[in-house]
Amino acid sequence: MKKEHVFEVVRSLVAILLAMLLGFIVTYLVSKQPGEAFQSFLTGPFTSPRRFGNLIEAAIPLTFTGLAVSMAFQAAQFNIGAEGQFFFGATAATIVGITVPAPGWLHPILALAVGGVAGAFVGWIPGVLKARWGASELVSSLMLNYVFFRVGMYLINYHYRDTTAGAMVSLPLKETSWLTQFLPPTRIHYGIFVAILAVIFTYLFLYRSRWGYALRMTGLNLPFANYSGINTTSVITYSQVISGVVAGIGGAVEMLGIYHRFQWLALPGYGFDGIIVAILARNNPLGIPLAALFLAYLRTGADIMARTTDVSAEMITVIQAVMILLVTAQAFLAGWKHRIVVKEAKQSV
Amino acid sequence: MDVLLEMKGIEKIYPNGVVANQGVDFSVAPGEIHALVGENGAGKTTLMKILFGLEQPEGGTITYKGKPLHIASPHVAIANGIGMVHQHFMLVPSLSIAENVVLGLEPKRGLSFDWKTAVSQTEELAARYNLPVNPTARVQDIPVGMRQKVEILKALMRGAELLVLDEPTAVLTPQETTELFAALKKLKSQGHTIIFISHKLREVKEISDRVTVMRAGRLIGVTDTATATERDISRMMVGRDVVLHVDKPPTTPGDAVLRVEGVRYVADTGKEVVKGVSFEVRAGEVLGIAGVEGNGQRELVEILTGLRKPSAGRVIAAGKNVTGKDCRAVRQAGVGHIPEDRMTHGVAGLGTIEENLIADRYDSKALNPRFLLSLKSVSELGKKLVKEFDIRTQSPKTPVKMLSGGNIQKVVVAREFSANPKLIVANQPTRGVDVGATEFIHKKLLENCAEGAGVLLISADLNEVMSLSHRLAVMYGGEIVAVFPNADEVTEEELGLYMLGVKRMKLAAGSEAS
Repeated sequence: MKKEHVFEVVRSLVAILLAMLLGFIVTYLVSKQPGEAFQSFLTGPFTSPRRFGNLIEAAIPLTFTGLAVSMAFQAAQFNIGAEGQFFFGATAATIVGITVPAPGWLHPILALAVGGVAGAFVGWIPGVLKARWGASELVSSLMLNYVFFRVGMYLINYHYRDTTAGAMVSLPLKETSWLTQFLPPTRIHYGIFVAILAVIFTYLFLYRSRWGYALRMTGLNLPFANYSGINTTSVITYSQVISGVVAGIGGAVEMLGIYHRFQWLALPGYGFDGIIVAILARNNPLGIPLAALFLAYLRTGADIMARTTDVSAEMITVIQAVMILLVTAQAFLAGWKHRIVVKEAKQSV
Repeated sequence: MDVLLEMKGIEKIYPNGVVANQGVDFSVAPGEIHALVGENGAGKTTLMKILFGLEQPEGGTITYKGKPLHIASPHVAIANGIGMVHQHFMLVPSLSIAENVVLGLEPKRGLSFDWKTAVSQTEELAARYNLPVNPTARVQDIPVGMRQKVEILKALMRGAELLVLDEPTAVLTPQETTELFAALKKLKSQGHTIIFISHKLREVKEISDRVTVMRAGRLIGVTDTATATERDISRMMVGRDVVLHVDKPPTTPGDAVLRVEGVRYVADTGKEVVKGVSFEVRAGEVLGIAGVEGNGQRELVEILTGLRKPSAGRVIAAGKNVTGKDCRAVRQAGVGHIPEDRMTHGVAGLGTIEENLIADRYDSKALNPRFLLSLKSVSELGKKLVKEFDIRTQSPKTPVKMLSGGNIQKVVVAREFSANPKLIVANQPTRGVDVGATEFIHKKLLENCAEGAGVLLISADLNEVMSLSHRLAVMYGGEIVAVFPNADEVTEEELGLYMLGVKRMKLAAGSEAS
């Protein structure tokens, strides 16, 4: 069993290495300065505190959406809707930030809570559709992204828009609602602690609580869970709801920590990136922050590379794609794994 | 003797670590009917899947018609004239028989499918091999026995000279079996070679020329059918005399722990699969239900255990009306259930042994002393049950799928029995389980019974139902057709007649209750 565990880690590392290698080859083919490009890609995020800050800032929302997606994955449910949940959570937190007068310690808590509830609501819909009527949560959660994107845009544009601003943005959030950026010159904010709490909560929930147990068993084998007396209908619903809460809080954290004004004009993409994070972390909540940091590192590096050399940031999508393909491909290195199994089986005979 | 096929030193280890074949030697002479027998899980099907290219062995060689052959896929097998009829048919139900037979070898007229030629080809083939079918009928409308003929025709259409039949009679009625055997003999007379997988010794005696016996992934021996008795073969299969002698303690049954009253079930297809079944199980007794599989036993069990809702009737378990209630309610009433298919219902394969053991009590106060699950209590329970039920593993934290079939079944049994059920519903409790584990499970079953639990035992294994049960009932066509108040006074032959629907008792509704 332990050998299999080691195998999974090694497999992921090999996948990452191969993907990087391919990224380098592509860079080499398209760039006049491939060496510099790749160097700034790999080391760029560590060249200044500001850049390193960017990396951490980017990892925070990815951690939330990664946790949200992995929660659903553990129940063998898809959650392609983390995007919409994240977005709607941010919208709800914006409204609380603008309208509710509250003291400085309470205001962010309130905004986060409302953001979580908003995310929960968005997650509840595909959950209940699946549990009651067997509607594919993959389709419904994906569709709802666009529904709640529009709902959010409507709310901001028609009710909380700052008409004095030159761009289409919301009124500024009251300063009391902000999550303090405590490490200048970076924008690293108190949201990082909320993210750490979310990781701990998700871990305890999944592995140490009876509800998490029921959720995981439902994910491993639904007929078995049913047979054991687990109410799988309710499990499916609450897995999506809690997943929505985490994504919603993530959206709220991002809004209160970084933006201080709602200014998205399109879905920001964190929910979809959450799928990548969850896959890299193998749905293990403790691995999620690492995977989020890694993805944030790639993104920050690519950004720096695009700004300083002639290679565009899209190169990173090539690396990402290859990485995900190899990590998820069951057959990748399966022969090696089988030899391990055979060896162990022969020893135990 | 001539050799058509020789498999030498075949080794197969599945990705889950199960060793299915260990140095198996197997050879077949041209033109013979060769029976391959062994208990469930002995590795017969695996060996044949290797022959047909569906599985790749870790070691060993295959020589076919005197030449070494590497069978990388079923295409290679088919190209070399090896055909296989699987236990579970691989036909397209919505297509006609002719279309199924020519699938992949479709006769063409220009660009379009030549339906007429397909039909005539099928007819011609059917006539030549004496396997009469109606080529234009749709597969979904024809009975199982006919489907099997279609499977055989399909293999013959592809030029099969060596035909592998994996437990072909498991789903057949006696008449269909007779017909099949006639067809097989005809095939043999026309020069075909047949490998016949079975564990029904009577059939093996009737149809085969030679027998190869496998046990626990190994070759045990090869013998001429004519010189071996059923008893000899069964001893080779099991490793000792088969009639597992069980010390069944005498019983004085108590009150009813299960009352089934006129339970009916109509399937989605509109067919009534359970037709008004009534019976009682009392505390301290084993009621066995014998019957050929597919006669409504599965549906009945699922209704009793909460996996399925009956269309009519009542189920009263341990004094509580649990009709149409879910599994949780049925469990809370005090019902334990050893399911027929352990990998589907019995365990979560990727979960650890511990996790599987707590599945029915994960939310109990004992395991959740405060807010969270107590890992300590879970691990203590795991250790205790692993020891008590002799689950062979390095650690209770091993994923269940790494265990052998017998040990996986012990995990199920450990969970179900340790909940102190008042009623145990055991459906095929020892299917695909090795002899040691079988004995252990039987012992535990009778122990629980002696301590006052009622046991409902459903098994297709006559030996098992007859040796464990105090009372016996027979299910046929969705009904209870016979009840024997004393299981020891019934012969296998007599049971057989009821199981095949040849005989039936006159049972007034509810008369079997006492």
